[in-house]
Amino acid sequence: MYVAVKGGEKAIENAHAWLAEERRGDTDIADLSIAQIREQLSLAVNRVMAEGSLYDPDLAALAIKQARGDLIEAIFLIRAYRTTLPRFGYSNPVKTGDMACDRRVSATFKDAPGGQVLGPTFDYTHRLLDFKLAADGEVAPAPEGDARQEPTPHITSFLKGEGVIQDEPLSEDAPGDLTREPMEFPSNRPLRLQALTRGDEGFVLGMAYSTQRGYARNHAFVGELRIGKVAVEMDIPELGFAIEIGEVELTECETVNQFQGSKTEPPQFTRGYGLVFGQSERKAISMALVDRALRWKELGEDNLGAAAQDEEFVLSHADNIQATGFLEHIKLPHYVDFQSELELVRKLRREAEERITPKEAAE
Amino acid sequence: MTEQMKSNGITRQEWMGLLARAPEDAMMPLWDRVADRPSFKWLRSPEIGGVMVRGRAGAIGAPFNLGEMTVTRCSLALEDGTVGHGYVQGRSKPKAEAAALIDALMQTEAADRLTELVITPLKTQMQGKRKARAAKAAATKVEFFTLVRGED
Repeated sequence: MYVAVKGGEKAIENAHAWLAEERRGDTDIADLSIAQIREQLSLAVNRVMAEGSLYDPDLAALAIKQARGDLIEAIFLIRAYRTTLPRFGYSNPVKTGDMACDRRVSATFKDAPGGQVLGPTFDYTHRLLDFKLAADGEVAPAPEGDARQEPTPHITSFLKGEGVIQDEPLSEDAPGDLTREPMEFPSNRPLRLQALTRGDEGFVLGMAYSTQRGYARNHAFVGELRIGKVAVEMDIPELGFAIEIGEVELTECETVNQFQGSKTEPPQFTRGYGLVFGQSERKAISMALVDRALRWKELGEDNLGAAAQDEEFVLSHADNIQATGFLEHIKLPHYVDFQSELELVRKLRREAEERITPKEAAE
Repeated sequence: MTEQMKSNGITRQEWMGLLARAPEDAMMPLWDRVADRPSFKWLRSPEIGGVMVRGRAGAIGAPFNLGEMTVTRCSLALEDGTVGHGYVQGRSKPKAEAAALIDALMQTEAADRLTELVITPLKTQMQGKRKARAAKAAATKVEFFTLVRGED
C-alpha cells in the first residue's frame, strides 16, 4: 500500500530558526563582518571561489559566513548563485606571463631570470602555534625591496628554447564548457582542466599524491609556481575592441615531467598544468600532477590501470557538489523505498522458514 | 569609436580598464568630487552578470574555461548623444553607472576636468598599491650564496 505523507513544515521552520541562532553563536561575542572574513580568512575565500567557480571575494566571504565555515556548503551556495547570473561572454585567455607576481619559485632552476620570490608563504615556518595571535592582531609592516617593473618570464620558455620540452601548440579553438554541456567521455584536455580547477581540493590532492606514490608515476618537478594578479580582457561587441573588465588573483603551476621519447618524438620533458583562482598552491600543484597523469594516451604511455589515469573515474568524482549532493540525499526520507525492502526481507524470511519447518517436522 | 581615441594622453581602452579594475571604495569618493553631473538616459540599465574567464593549457597552448567572475555593465547616452559604457568587475550598480558616465564625459569637453579629478588620482593610487606589493615581493627574493669549502 502506498501512503503519501506530508508534514514537517513547522519543524523545518523551527530548525532553520535555530540554525540562524547557532550560526550567530554567543551574542556577547562581536558579529563577524564579511570584510573580516574576506581579509583575514582569505585562503578559505580563495578555495570557495575556486571550487564555486566564481571569482567574487565578497560573495565567497558571505557564503562562508552563511555556511558557518563549512566550505563545501559555501561552495554549494556560490554554485547556486552563479546559475542565476546571465552570461555576458567569455574572456580572452589570461596572459599569466604578464602576472604581477607576489610569489614565484622554481624547483628546477636556481638562477632563473626574475629569481626565486617567496612571497607570503607558509613554507619554512615551523608550524608552531603562535599564541601572540590569540593575544592581539598587531603586525609590523613587511620590509620592501626594489619593486620589479618588468614581467617575469615563464621557466618553461627557457626549456622550450632548447627544444627539450614538449610544445604546447597555440590554438584559438573554443573550448567545451561543462557549465553548458554535461561531461562526456572520452573527454579532452580543455574540459579536463576546467573540471580539475573547480574540483575538490582534497580529492585532487589525493589523486595527485597517488601518482607520487607510484600509481601512474610520472616524476614531476615543479618547474614553476607563481601567484599574483592578472588582468582579464574581453572583446566588447558594442565597442568593437577589447577592454580589461577586471583582474583576478591566480596560482599557476607548471610541472616538468620525465618522458622517454617515442617513435615520433625525441626524448624530451613533458608538462602538467595547474591554474586556479586565488592563492591556492596545494590545489594548483595537485591539478598539474593529475593533468599530467591523464595525458598518458596522447603521450603514448602505457595505461597502468591507475586511478589517476582513468579520466572517467577522476572527472566523475572530482566535483564536491555533485558528490555531496548524492551522498547526503540518502539521509532524507526514504520511508517508502525502505518499506518495500522491509516487506521483501520479511517475505524471504517467511519462505525460508517454511522450507525448514516441514523438514524438521519430518525428522 | 575606436580604442585609438585619446583624451589627455590616455586611451579609451585604458580608462575603461582602469575603471573596471578600480576598487569601488577608491573610485567613488573621487567621482563624488565631480559636482555637476550631466543628465542622461539609459540605453541599458545596470545589470549584474558573469563572464567566463579563460586560461591556456601550459600558459601558452589551447584555451580552457577557468571559471566565472562577476561583472556589472550598463550603457547610457548624454543629452548631446555621447554614449558611455560601463563594464566593471563585481556587483556594484552605482559603480557601473559612474564608470559609464565617466566614459561618456571623457569623450566630451569635460575630459580635462574628469582626468584631473578622477582618472589621474585613481591611476596613481592603483599604481602605488601595485608597486607596494611588488616591493614586498622583491624583499622576499632569495639571494643565494655559496659556502666556501675547506678542501683548497
